[in-house]
Parts: sequence; C-alpha cells; structure tokens
Amino acid sequence: MTDAAIAYPHGDPHHLRGMEASRVAHAGPPSKRIVTGYGFWIFILSDMVMFSAFFATYAVLLGQTAGGPSGRELFNLRNVAIETGFLLASSFTCGLATIAADYRNKTWFHLAMGVTCVFGLAFLAIEAREFADLVARGAGPTRSAFLSAFFTLVGCHGLHVSAGELWLLTMIAQVFAKGFRADIQRRILCFALFWHALDIIWIAVFTIVYLLGSAS
Amino acid sequence: MLGKLSWSAIPIDQPIPLIAAGVVLVVILAVLAWVTLKGYMPYLWREWITSVDHKRIGIMYILLAMVMLLRGGSDALMIRVQQAIAYQSNGYLPPEHFNQIFSAHGTIMIFFVAMPFVIGLMNLVVPLQLGVRDVAFPTLNSVGFWLTATGALLVNVSLVIGEFARTGWLPFPPLSELTYSPGVGVDYYLWSLEISGVGTLVAGINLVTTVLKLRTKGMTYLRMPMFCWTTLASSLLIVAAFPILTATLAMLILDRYFGFHFFTNEAGGNVMMFMNLIWAWGHPEVYILVLPAFGIYSEVVSTFSSKSLFGYRSMVLATMAICIISFMVWLHHFFTMGAGPDVNAIFGIASMIIAVPTGVKIYNWLFTMYGGRIRFATPMLWSVGFMVTFIIGGLTGVLVAVPPADFLLHNSLFLVAHFHNVIIGGVLFGAFAGLTYWFPKAFGFRLHEGLGKAAFWFSLIGFYVTFMPLYAAGLLGMTRRMQHYDVAAWRPWMIVAAIGFVFLTIGIVFQVLQIVVSILQREELRDRTGDPWDGRSLEWATSSPPPVFNFAILPDVHGEEAYWAIKSRAKQRDLEKNEPHYEDIEMPRNSPTGFVCAFFATVMGFALIWHIWWMVALGFVGAFATFVVFAWRDHDEYVIPAAEVARIDRANMAERRALASHPGSA
Repeated sequence: MTDAAIAYPHGDPHHLRGMEASRVAHAGPPSKRIVTGYGFWIFILSDMVMFSAFFATYAVLLGQTAGGPSGRELFNLRNVAIETGFLLASSFTCGLATIAADYRNKTWFHLAMGVTCVFGLAFLAIEAREFADLVARGAGPTRSAFLSAFFTLVGCHGLHVSAGELWLLTMIAQVFAKGFRADIQRRILCFALFWHALDIIWIAVFTIVYLLGSAS
Repeated sequence: MLGKLSWSAIPIDQPIPLIAAGVVLVVILAVLAWVTLKGYMPYLWREWITSVDHKRIGIMYILLAMVMLLRGGSDALMIRVQQAIAYQSNGYLPPEHFNQIFSAHGTIMIFFVAMPFVIGLMNLVVPLQLGVRDVAFPTLNSVGFWLTATGALLVNVSLVIGEFARTGWLPFPPLSELTYSPGVGVDYYLWSLEISGVGTLVAGINLVTTVLKLRTKGMTYLRMPMFCWTTLASSLLIVAAFPILTATLAMLILDRYFGFHFFTNEAGGNVMMFMNLIWAWGHPEVYILVLPAFGIYSEVVSTFSSKSLFGYRSMVLATMAICIISFMVWLHHFFTMGAGPDVNAIFGIASMIIAVPTGVKIYNWLFTMYGGRIRFATPMLWSVGFMVTFIIGGLTGVLVAVPPADFLLHNSLFLVAHFHNVIIGGVLFGAFAGLTYWFPKAFGFRLHEGLGKAAFWFSLIGFYVTFMPLYAAGLLGMTRRMQHYDVAAWRPWMIVAAIGFVFLTIGIVFQVLQIVVSILQREELRDRTGDPWDGRSLEWATSSPPPVFNFAILPDVHGEEAYWAIKSRAKQRDLEKNEPHYEDIEMPRNSPTGFVCAFFATVMGFALIWHIWWMVALGFVGAFATFVVFAWRDHDEYVIPAAEVARIDRANMAERRALASHPGSA
C-alpha cells in the first residue's frame, strides 16, 4: 500500500513525499492521506465560519445585559485560566499521541490519548461548574441577550469538546481492536486536527469573551 | 410520551392538504408495491440506495429535485390561482393556509429543487471532467445526499402532521418567535434546514476537495473545463456561507426552545441581527445556485457553437470575482431597515459592481457563438433563452440595487418578479440545459429533441407571461404575499400571470413526457459513441453510461479542452490501434451508512419538532452507532481485475472505431 508507505516514512516527518513531482506539472491525485487531511481542513474552516457567526453575535449583544449582570461581575478569570491550562495541555498530549501513532506504538498512543481524555474532561467539568454556578446566581441564558450569546458561544465550544471526547474514545477503542491500519491513521490525523482547532477557537474565546468581556 | 404530538395535529378540517397528502401517499405506496412485486427492491438497495458512486448519487439528487419541483410547482399554481380570484373576496385559500403555501413554495424551490439540482449535476459531471474515478469522499457523498432527502421529507411530512411555517421562506423574527408562531410550523422549517444544511455542507467540502486535489495527470487549474471552475467557486461559497445559516437557525431554535433572547423584542434581543446574519448566508446562496448554471452554459454554448470558449481566463477571473464580491452585498436585501445613507450607498455600489463580472460572462458567451457553427439543440435553446431572460433579470436587479428606488420597490411584486427572473431564467434554465446535455452521458440515450424543444418554448413563453405582469403590478404598488386585495388595477395583471402559469405547466408536462417517451424509445436514441454532441471535455471520452470506474486508464491531459485534443490526435493517426496496459482498479465499496444515518436523522428531526425527547436520544445514539459500525468495517474497497477492465474498455473502443470509420453516422 502506497498509502501506508507515505503514512510512516521516518525520514519524512511532514509526509511531503511526492510533492517534488507535483511541482513540475500536475502529477495527478495525491495519496489518500493528503486528500483526507485536506478535506478535513476544509471542514475545520467551515466550523470556524460557524464560530465567527457566534463571535459576531456575542460582540453585537455584549452590552445588551437588560439590567442584568455584565461580564465584569460574572467572569472568574482564575477559573478560566485553569480551564485554559487543561485544554492547552490536552492539545500537547494529543500531539504526543499523534507521534506515538506515527511510530505505531500502542502503549504510548493509549497513554497519551488517555491523558488527553482526562484533561478534556477536566476542562468540561470546570465549564459545567461555571455554567451551573451562573444559572444558580440567576444569570442563566434566558436572563439577557448578552448571556444568551455568552452561553451559546462558550457552550458551542463545549459541545465540540464533548463530541471530540466521544471521537477520542472511539479512536482508542479502534486502535485497541484494529491496530494502526491506514484508514485508522487517517482518522487519527483528522481527530488531531479537530482537537488542535478547538484550542485555537478557545484562545479566541478566552480573549474575546473572558478578557474583553470582563474589561467591559 | 409523544410530546406535543396528538391526533389534533392532523388537519382533518382542511380538505386541500389532506387530499394532496392522500394522493401523494397513494402514489408512494403504489410505487413501493410495484417495486416490491417486480422484485426490484434488492436491486434498488444494492445499486442505488447504498451506492457511493458519484454518478448514481448525482442522478438521485436530480431525481429528488425534479420530484420536489412538482411539489413546489403545485404550491405556485395555488398561489397564482388564489391571487387571480381573490379580488375583493377571500379566494379559495384561508389566510393561514395561504401563508403556509408561499412559505413552503420558497423553501422547497430554493433548498430542495435548485440546490439538489445543481449539486446533482456537479456530482455527476465534475469527476468525469477532471478525469478521475470518484469524488474525494464517496461515502460522505452518500450521507450528504440522504440528509438532503431527510430535509425534503420533513418539509413534506408537515403537510399532514401539523403545519408548515407561515413566515415566508426566511423566518424573520419576531414573527417566527414563539410568541407569534406558537405552532410547530417554524420548527419544521428549522429542523429540516438544519439537517439538509449539514448535507449541503458535506457536499460542498467534498466537491472543493475533489476539484482542488483530485485531478488527473496534467489537469492543471487553467486546463479545467469552466464547469469545474464554477463548481469550485460555488462549493467554496457553500463552505463559507452554510455554517452561517446553521448558526443563525440554531440561535432561533434556542430562542424558541429554551427562551434565549437573540432575536426577541425583550431582554436586549436584536431582530436586525437576524437580517444581517441570514442574508450574509442568503446572498452568497443565490450565487451558489447560479454559478454552476453559468458553468453549464459555458460548456453548452462552446460545444454547440463548435468553438472553444471565448475568453476562458476572463471567465475564470469573473467567476472568482463573483465568488468574493457575493459576500459584500448582503445588506441590499434590507436597505429599508435604516442603516443610513452611507452604508446603503456602499452596499448599493457593491451590488452594481457584481453585475460587471456577470456582464463579462454574457459577452464571452456571445463571442463564443460569434462565427461558430451553431447547432440549436435543446440545451443550446435553454442557453440562448437564458441569456435574453437573465439580462432582463440582471437589469431589474441593478434597478433595485439603487437604494432610493429600492425604498419604493422593497417587498413589492417587482422584487418577486426580479428574483424569479434570475432564478428561473438563470438557475432553472441552466439545470434543464444541463439535464438534456448530460442525460445521454448518465443513461446512454438521448432525450427526445422535439418534446424538449416544445418544453423549452412553452416554459420560455410561460415565464414571460407569468412574471412580466408581476413587474407591472409591483410598480403599481402591489406588495408580495397578499392573500386578497381590493385594488382594481392589479386584477388584470394577476389574471394574465395565472394564464402564463398554464403555459409554464404545459412546459413541465412536456418535460415529463420527454423523459417518458425517451425511455420508451431508448433504442433509437441510444448513444453508442459516448460523445453524442461532439464534446470537448473529458466526460465525453468515456462510454455512455460510463463504467463504474469512469476511465479504464486515467487520461493524461496536455492542454485545455482535453477531449478535443485527444480526438484531433486520434483522427490524425486513424484511431490508435495499440492497446494500453490495463491494471487492476480499486473502487470504494457500497455502504448503507448514508441511508441509515439519514433514517436516524429523520427520527431525530421529527422528535425534535414535536418535543419527544426520548426519541431524540434514540435518533442520536442510532446515528452515532451507524458511524461506529461504518468505521469498524475491515474492507472498504474492492478490486476490479485488469481483465474485466480490459473487456469493458475494448467493447467501448470497438463501438467508437466502428462509428468513426463511417463518417457522418456519429
């Protein structure tokens, strides 16, 4: 399988084999791994567009507190910083899992994915506690347009992380049952792209929602 | 147990939807019974429902579009009849029913006719034109189709169980909020579009990846046929615009289901934000529809003028310019909202600028025809009809892009006439041109020419007689969506429009007849060469219908108009005699994933509409389990041995040679 050969050439860490040929003229379709990764990037771009709609909405509704609490009164930056730490660390361990998959090392792969899972769950737990706390203080999403936008944007990211957790567990099970088959390697690549993209979006959430929100 | 669902959801007191639904149900049951009795069920399941072949999926998209065209057309008929008779009377449709009809008409025509029609044609043709064996993600392609079908199904279920939205084809708040639309109508709208929107997004991602990554050897960007370029532009717009629709409708869902305040009148909600968001998707959407049609006209005009496309590079540039500018004009849909003269002026000017690349295209088509040996076959007739009609629609579009004029014409029948002018004259004519042009490629026989021409002339005349009066009525001040009216001056125009619709209906009848007659006469209409129109791009290089692998040997492209070059070379050398070296071909295996996933999506959508929460969970678990089962399978490809490839390809080449040695027969 050329596909498998391209997936794990240790002398070619960025999987660029075949790119030289395409520089001359168009050499025909590239390997499945490249096509799959490329298509998944396009999906991530579309996901980013969806988030930008929620970001724009949040920006418009930021001041619409309807006499209720504003971001400054609600946000606990220390909490959010710990949350961010967990998510960034999970991205790092997800990277370790990708390397382990490249080396076809099941032990390290499962270990790194397991840690990623735990960090992701910790992130979700902190977020859930924050949401429950806000609702208990009478600052739920139905209180004002600002809070609707806040809960939707942050909750949408949280939903993505939850879906990522489901995917992560499926990948662990798949590698456990089937090993590092070429199609499973491609799925690991897509999962890693997804998980890292959620980090990028969280950086924007942290900056725009929490930092700017608590300043206003 | 069943949420909001009860027997009262079935409109027993309203005869029209009940009879319509009864007829549809009888037809569906009859077809199912016929298919089962004839023993076609296993064939359908094996070869179509679970198929991941881009050609089959494309054909199913187009079939869905044509069936939905009949539904949307029936709605249109009811609207025209109502407005023709509802002068100083209530007509025959009660207001709440009339409102559902125009909402369903718009929703169905845009999302379940125009969209599947163009996506179907792109699916069918683009891999062939690029010289490859399938799209980038074949199984995902099937998922996308079946999710679109789910959306269409849910809209039609609303006919019998519950009601459809009464808010127009875009559910503007606050009317669409729970306060003013407490029924399930808006929920039907929201969930069918959320589900089919995922399907469309998947199709867009698939086509972008296919065009950008899967091109045969030597097929550089500037050697791609025009249709591939417009497919790329349209799919890029899908990827960039549909997530906005998903997000916007999700916010409306949150408002309606959980009492959020995005678009409500109280607690700081902002109705105007909905307008901005929905049109930030909505304006690119019209270009998502019309750009592929532009690509079809480019192929058709060039082929039937026996000339290469005039100004290919300017056409590419114009397409990509439209792709970008289409994101900068959304505000012209609501000049009257009061954004201020400066903002309105900027968007007015941007809207006029977007007419420039469109004009470039029109001139390119005209210059392609100039000096060509034009054959007026049915696809060419649709294309010429389009050019004339679309120019009128474009001009009235520039007119409403002038903010002061728009203040008079906003929400009038003038606007209705304008967008029907560009969508029927642009998108639908293009879809029909593409249908007749590529039908022989898809099925191996041509469509009947005489009936096709009759369909064209009735549709063209019908279009003008129906919609030109609407311009006049609009200028006389008639607003859109009127259930009844008291102004005598509008009446004659409404009657003329209703007569025009009779012509349009005859046009559609001829189209149906054309397909039926062509199937009956398929032996006489058989296309043995694979190249019935003397085509210029690679889809004509393979047999009609193409084998499942499209090309026995992936073609090697050396310039623009790949197939034209192959044909010219072959004629010089008296058709190549030495056979290529055939190899085994790996093809993706069929999979029921798309169908099963859509089944659970239907269950989930229906449950969400009626607040049946346990069923929602069931649908979600089912859909997820489907994907896991799919991910768990061990063999996702099968091999067609070289000997079989050689056998299929030799037969095709022999047919071609036999016909080429008798000049004039092809």
